[in-house]
Amino acid sequence: MHQLSLSILDIAQNSLTANASLVEIAIVEKTFLHTLEITISDNGNGMTDEQLKNATDPFYTTKKSKKVGLGISLYKMSAELTGGKFSIYSKINTGTSVSALFHTDHIDCPPLGNISDTVFSLITSTDADIYFRHEKDDTFFEIDTRQFREVLGDIPISSPQVVLFIREYLNRNKI
Amino acid sequence: MKSLEELKALKAKMQKEIGIRDDDKANIKIIVGMGTCGIAAGARPVVIAFTEEIAKHGLTDVAVEQMGCKGDCANEPIVDVYFGNEKKATYIKMTPDRAVRVVNEHIVGGAVVTEFVGDDK
Repeated sequence: MHQLSLSILDIAQNSLTANASLVEIAIVEKTFLHTLEITISDNGNGMTDEQLKNATDPFYTTKKSKKVGLGISLYKMSAELTGGKFSIYSKINTGTSVSALFHTDHIDCPPLGNISDTVFSLITSTDADIYFRHEKDDTFFEIDTRQFREVLGDIPISSPQVVLFIREYLNRNKI
Repeated sequence: MKSLEELKALKAKMQKEIGIRDDDKANIKIIVGMGTCGIAAGARPVVIAFTEEIAKHGLTDVAVEQMGCKGDCANEPIVDVYFGNEKKATYIKMTPDRAVRVVNEHIVGGAVVTEFVGDDK
């Protein structure tokens, strides 16, 4: 993946596939330390010890359609190539949390890319709630679809006017 | 927070309009392949193009959803279109421009865009 925001979309898709009803994405950028940390957590199915042990193996997958599982292994490699770190925690029937630390001053660190596109495509292609928070030094931006649902009541988030509102809101407020 | 105030105003405006209810079940489904292969092949701009074009047309009976890899990675981004429970087409190697055409010609116009259709898997 040539943008970290695409990796975030990829890892968050795992959460949706695992039937999560809530996905939390947090990005913490410290420009003075040249670090960027991404944590993606969900309340989905979680993994067994066996699955968790093998999750970063590119030749391990639970998919029936093919014999490789590249998402998590590529993501881990991407973080480690920058001299960063990767960790994954999971508990069956509870959820999963994936953290990765990137050193942004390393030549192999991909740019964050268009994070608004990632958040927008996640929010509009699932019924699950999405909480996103992006911190950069002393500024932050956050969006929480649970708050949106509370305001909207019986109007669905997928309504055309709401979709266009979210698009504009993300583009206007991103940092 | 200002944004939530704006959202409240939008809701008030929408409630005056007829026909927006939560029980409006989406009859048409557009399902975009968003596995690692799909995303790497460009599924993100494709899913956004579908979502925006549907919103611009004001369509309330169309849902955009995501799916994982089907094992046909070389043809990603792949998009399945369902009318009711009936699958109408599998589009392969999609782009944002192709997505706009599928919305206009297939979803709105009712005619499958045969030039983008691939073998079903």
